[in-house]
Amino acid sequence: METGTKMGMNKTGVQTSPIDVDRMLSDSPRSAKTTASDGAGIAAVRTSYITEAEAVGTIPMPGTVKGAAKTAAKKLTGRRPEVLIDALGARLAFERSGVRLYEAVLTKYQATPEKLPGMSAEQLTHFRDEEAQHYKMLADCLQSLGADPTAQTPGADITGVESMGLMKVIEDPRANLQQTLHALLVLELADNGSWELLIKLAEDMGQDRMAQAFRQALQNENEHLMHVRQWHEQCVRGQAT
Amino acid sequence: MALSLLDSRGTPLEQQRFTWKDLVQKPISKLDDDAFTRVRVILMNGIESEAVRFSHLCARMNRDLQVPLARVRRIDHHQETMVNWLLGPDHSPIETTVAYEQVAIEVTAALAQQEPDPYVAQALRFALLEDFDHLYRYSALMDRIEGMDPNNILQTYTDIMAGRPTAVEHRMPEDDVRKPYERGKAHPLTKLNAMTLVAGEYQTRDYYMHFGPTFADPVARQVYAEIASIEEQHVTHYESLIDPNETWLEKWLLHEANEAWNYYGCAQQETNPRIKAIWERMLDYELGQFQFAADIFKNVERRDPAEVIPAQLPDPFPYKSNRDFVRQALRNEVDLRAKGTEFVPLAEDSQASQQYRNHMNSEGSPTETVAAGYQWVPGGELWRRVANV
Repeated sequence: METGTKMGMNKTGVQTSPIDVDRMLSDSPRSAKTTASDGAGIAAVRTSYITEAEAVGTIPMPGTVKGAAKTAAKKLTGRRPEVLIDALGARLAFERSGVRLYEAVLTKYQATPEKLPGMSAEQLTHFRDEEAQHYKMLADCLQSLGADPTAQTPGADITGVESMGLMKVIEDPRANLQQTLHALLVLELADNGSWELLIKLAEDMGQDRMAQAFRQALQNENEHLMHVRQWHEQCVRGQAT
Repeated sequence: MALSLLDSRGTPLEQQRFTWKDLVQKPISKLDDDAFTRVRVILMNGIESEAVRFSHLCARMNRDLQVPLARVRRIDHHQETMVNWLLGPDHSPIETTVAYEQVAIEVTAALAQQEPDPYVAQALRFALLEDFDHLYRYSALMDRIEGMDPNNILQTYTDIMAGRPTAVEHRMPEDDVRKPYERGKAHPLTKLNAMTLVAGEYQTRDYYMHFGPTFADPVARQVYAEIASIEEQHVTHYESLIDPNETWLEKWLLHEANEAWNYYGCAQQETNPRIKAIWERMLDYELGQFQFAADIFKNVERRDPAEVIPAQLPDPFPYKSNRDFVRQALRNEVDLRAKGTEFVPLAEDSQASQQYRNHMNSEGSPTETVAAGYQWVPGGELWRRVANV
């Protein structure tokens, strides 16, 4: 495993075969040489399906609310608890996957001989543990509302789809540390934005204790983001000079 | 140099073994490996997939062959795994699709040029022009839905332009069934060509059926649904070229010979030394499997395997760009249509097929919609837009 990228035998571009490209562009008797489509046909198909589409799914009905859970749940009276439950479900799924992704990054870091100043296995382990704590804290929040933390909410489902490509990069043995850190940076940026919104949402819903816990989580995430951004930058700029 | 099935007994069956690490090797590079390395990987996955499929069907119909078939089939399955896992995870489903169509075009064109039976050669060129159009439609899809350049996969070996429009490829089932070759008279190449293309088209059909539903965009889902339907037609088209009077054991023997023939062509022409070593190893395995099947054939049918396939196989087909051949076929035959077992001029097109396709297309044609006015340029269609700004 190498940290950065090199020059080599990349064959994907057209510069290596100018004659063939000219032949591809010339003498295309059946291809339309008219003006390119305005995309109206594609838009029409998309529109018809968007119009007919059903949601990816629903939030499960809350189970029986018992004991301490009642206090938090009561505060939601008159509001739409499903909005908060969906957001909590999405964050929970993201943080749970985050633990696994940090584990994968840790392995890649350890398997890469070249080390970055300031990046350490201890730090990555610490970030992974914080992601795990956030997962647990979010599960507790959902339970306090009488919601099922094991259910996959629509937000969790879509968040998972969003992350698919990033997860593939982090887990690909061929993706070097720089490429891996870039994927992690994208994840942390999205994570930060989502925690900021979750704090506001919890406040809107009268969940002050939750909002307080989320502010602590955002502090952790800010630290993750700062470090990941720094490591990635070091990695790229370090290679250039 | 041609391959002789009897020059080497190959690797004995009991020595054809794998570990999980063996099966999951380093993948090829999407960026740096030659496109024809990927063509070979995809084709050989199809060949192995067909070996497994045939073996299961044969086992269902032949109690006495079940154990020997199961022994070879386990190896085939692992060979397929080793080969298919050479595709790297950075190949998205649409990129792999473009690569599949490149396989269909370049392999069919190569086989059509060496096919000695004029009717079979015509059948190959007929389907070639349809797969050629699929590449154009999928390229438009890739460019317009994902904003990517299909030539990154094709590496300028294969033209991106319209063929026989996919919208008119939809036919009634009776217009997809061809005349079979005669097993006692057919040239070995005819048998190998037909089997190779059935394998390739079947895996293409399966790939589109597996990955079509994984796309979110309804346009992509529709395009995959439409082209998968043609690939299903192509399986019917190619498998009907094969003599249905061949015995089960004859077919088994032919499958083994075809696998060896194809691996030999791969080993001869592979440019990546690591992958070449895999082809050589697989060729030795296939020679061992051919011997195993030939022994059973001799014991059961009391016939010489040479009655089915000569030990000296034809030269392998070349892995190279067939641009000129494809363009010539396009100029001369794009307007041909299929009616019953025959290929007819446009004016004689089957009425039943016309009615069928008119209904299928009556709520819009996905492949026409996605490629309306499409012309590939280096970098993709958007280059024309931004360069004009």
